[in-house]
Amino acid sequence: MTLPLIIYRSLRQHALSTFITAGSIALASGLLMTVWMVKTQSQTAFTQTNAGFDAVLGARGSKLQLVLNAIFHLEASPGNLAYADYEAIKRHPAVKVAIPIAVGDNLRGYRLVGTVPELFETVEYAPGKKYALEPGGKIFTPDAKEAIAGSFAAEKLGLKVGDKFHPFHGLNYDAKNQHADEYTLTGILQPTNTPADRVVWIPLKGLQTMSGHDARAATDVSAVLIQLRSPSAGFMLDMMYNKQGNRMTLAYPVGAIIADLFSKISWFDQVLALVAYLVALVAAGSVLASIYNSMSARQRDLAIMRALGARRRTIFGAVVAEAAVIGALGAMAGFVFYFALLIGVAGIIRAQTGVVIDITAKLPILWICPLAMIGLCALGGVVPALKAYRTPVAETLAPLS
Amino acid sequence: MLAVTDLKKSFVAPDGERVDIVNVAQFALAAGEQMALRGESGSGKTTFLNMIAGILAADSGRVAIDGADMTALSEAKRDRLRAEKLGYIFQTFNLLQGYTVIENVVLGMSFGPRGADKAHAKHVLERMGLGHRLDHFPRQLSTGQQQRVAVARALANRPKLVLADEPTGNLDRKHSSEALVLIREVCREHGAALLLVSHDELVLGQFEKRQDFGEINLAMKGAPR
Repeated sequence: MTLPLIIYRSLRQHALSTFITAGSIALASGLLMTVWMVKTQSQTAFTQTNAGFDAVLGARGSKLQLVLNAIFHLEASPGNLAYADYEAIKRHPAVKVAIPIAVGDNLRGYRLVGTVPELFETVEYAPGKKYALEPGGKIFTPDAKEAIAGSFAAEKLGLKVGDKFHPFHGLNYDAKNQHADEYTLTGILQPTNTPADRVVWIPLKGLQTMSGHDARAATDVSAVLIQLRSPSAGFMLDMMYNKQGNRMTLAYPVGAIIADLFSKISWFDQVLALVAYLVALVAAGSVLASIYNSMSARQRDLAIMRALGARRRTIFGAVVAEAAVIGALGAMAGFVFYFALLIGVAGIIRAQTGVVIDITAKLPILWICPLAMIGLCALGGVVPALKAYRTPVAETLAPLS
Repeated sequence: MLAVTDLKKSFVAPDGERVDIVNVAQFALAAGEQMALRGESGSGKTTFLNMIAGILAADSGRVAIDGADMTALSEAKRDRLRAEKLGYIFQTFNLLQGYTVIENVVLGMSFGPRGADKAHAKHVLERMGLGHRLDHFPRQLSTGQQQRVAVARALANRPKLVLADEPTGNLDRKHSSEALVLIREVCREHGAALLLVSHDELVLGQFEKRQDFGEINLAMKGAPR
């Protein structure tokens, strides 16, 4: 009972500094766990996102740009392919499925992607999962001015089946660039937790022939999404398009290209982690300063305890344990920061990319970080504990007679 | 119970001169005995008690408590001896302000061999007439009540020797007399020896055995160093 009582009373007596110190630890701990979780889970989520395709064929340019544009519906298209190129790859014996897409318009900031109904009828966007429409919807007819909306886009745009809309030219929303064409929403896709949720899909022909578009490119496509019959086919096509040819680019395999992106931006993770480590260090320092500064006021109490028979090591242990308890309180409160930050960041990632990260994943960082914070705080308590350990009892209690 | 032999303590004064504070050749107190030491302010009596309690190291000499030489023990063993066999009542009470009345007593007990015994602490406090103040903080008590908490804390561990340094110095006449009677009674009940230092003649007059600290402290008699 001795140690818990001493710690409890000390924390109560210095409630404000305990609260502030534990708060800074909570912030550091929450930040560290969030950075780690977002980094790990987003990398996992992005590299696993391929919309069910093995490769993307597009105009000559960056593979990453091609993947971001065709799979993640981010970035601009590197250029167009002739329809004949699409037909050629579709006929290739190594190719199982080839789906053309065309981009270039938006609906109030949400990208319009032209494609063929086959995407929604035959392709599994994830193993065992096909696109499905909300009840009452139907897939657009290839020759009609019809559209279906991804679940997120429909929610944000307030779309419902039967609504009519005019697309806007370009990938970025500009109210002045409205097309004359009018589309009718025929269906809303059920959530897929993929970038497809952020897209309004229309027939390929619709996007190609939208009023105001260049008539010379009326049959072009922006990219072709490809499912291969075997992994070795990818290397063969890679040789054919990327090394022997110079007109088109094949991005294969999709996951590896995104993984490459993450390795390129790993410095950003490191900076974030460094910031979090620094915050953790500052928090541990503040534990040290907080307890050390309270030592002058507490020395008399400690001397009284010594006079009552408390051993030096009891006093030393009490101060270190108090620091550890502050660390533990902070680490516990850190989970509140962590969940708040993670939910916010996951929401932003979903809104910006359509990728959903698993915030319930149980990563080792979720126990390593709190334990490390407690250890760091206990370490910060050693310096004031030494001061307490050395408290001269008689001198502190009363002036010598 | 208590035997002091050739106990010396000196300090370096601000002018650099070494000043002897305590130099006691012989002093003894039997088990259960109660004695008052008369001493003026600055006579070294608190230093003497602190050395007996083992919270201040002597320059030389021996302090034996119940046969154990306090001055020859390691600090940890001194702490244990103090917790087991000593009760110390300070002039300023030295209560822990952030702790309740019962916690002050229980915490003092927890350092001793019997450990924290809340029931016993409660019993001792009730004996002191503080049964209705257990959960109060020292600042919520009168000076007399605080003094009684200090007495309860010193006696709760059933010490063999109680040291009391001007225990009534902060009390008025009425409370001083009451407190003294209480301290002596409780020590008698617990079979503890009592060594009380004071400069108050009214306090000293209540003791059958009393001694002038100036007489036994050779340092104050100008004895050669």
